[in-house]
Amino acid sequence: MEKENLIDEIRQRFSAELESDTETFGDQVLVVRREGLRAVMAGLKGLPFDYAVLLDLTCVDFLESESRFEMVYHLYSLSRNRRLRLKVSLPGANPVVDSFAGLWKNADWLEREVFDMFGVAFAGHPDLRRILMYEGFEGHPLRKSYPWRKEQPRIPLRD
Amino acid sequence: MSGLDFLTTRLETALGWGRKYSLFHYPFITACCGMEYMSAACAHFDIDRFGAGLTRFSPRQADLLLVVGTISHKLAPVLKTVYEQMLEPKWVIAFGACTVSGGIYQNYAAVQGIDKIIPVDIYIPGCPPRPEMVLDGLLKLQEKIQKQPQDWRWKKKT
Repeated sequence: MEKENLIDEIRQRFSAELESDTETFGDQVLVVRREGLRAVMAGLKGLPFDYAVLLDLTCVDFLESESRFEMVYHLYSLSRNRRLRLKVSLPGANPVVDSFAGLWKNADWLEREVFDMFGVAFAGHPDLRRILMYEGFEGHPLRKSYPWRKEQPRIPLRD
Repeated sequence: MSGLDFLTTRLETALGWGRKYSLFHYPFITACCGMEYMSAACAHFDIDRFGAGLTRFSPRQADLLLVVGTISHKLAPVLKTVYEQMLEPKWVIAFGACTVSGGIYQNYAAVQGIDKIIPVDIYIPGCPPRPEMVLDGLLKLQEKIQKQPQDWRWKKKT
């Protein structure tokens, strides 16, 4: 009962920003417009929704699709014990999305990982640089366009 | 005259004989092949029987570099530096499939064979290789050392 109310509330409040909402595996999935993502995230973190935990943040590369990248956010509300999945599409040419490191601290490193692996830029990120790969690495390895068996250049020894 | 009163040999042969039975090795171990290295180095299989038992933990004192385990691109400059720190004469064994060819790690992070970074004398394939294979590789290296032209200090460089 409460679950339905919560979703209805979200639907009402963010009707302008939502493209669609569905349910998969018992969890609600919201597809959000890129422009409205910041407002939706900030609204969901505050009361009455109280999505205090950012469980995960990742990216999917749909190489053939026009809107090539899709960011996926998993939120969890401790007080209401509800999970929520948000998706937002990004263009392939210059994928930029707002950083949420200010809202959830753990977004800092998660966004750095997505930047490292997919080359998605995060506007407003405090320290956007590679996290797993090293300086001098060419390309973004989890992009579907990353060449199979690509040879990386040799790097010099660092202190 | 009775029995063996004198011996004749060539300096090269004597040097080769001395070198092949006194290999000080430096284990550069990064992954699971290290278990097989430990097995080969300890009492069960015992590389000491072949004169390669003395492990040195400084590359400056070693003359056999055992590269054991996956080498990532990030680690490649470290391996190269270790090789360059070793004094001549020196030899390298690529231990296990990862060092030979990248093995199962055909991806963006792993070096596809350490011979892209440093010269390799003996390749021991296997994932991981049995200690018997390691010993076989060691014997093959000894054969190679015996046969190769010996580099000695007071020899005139050409």
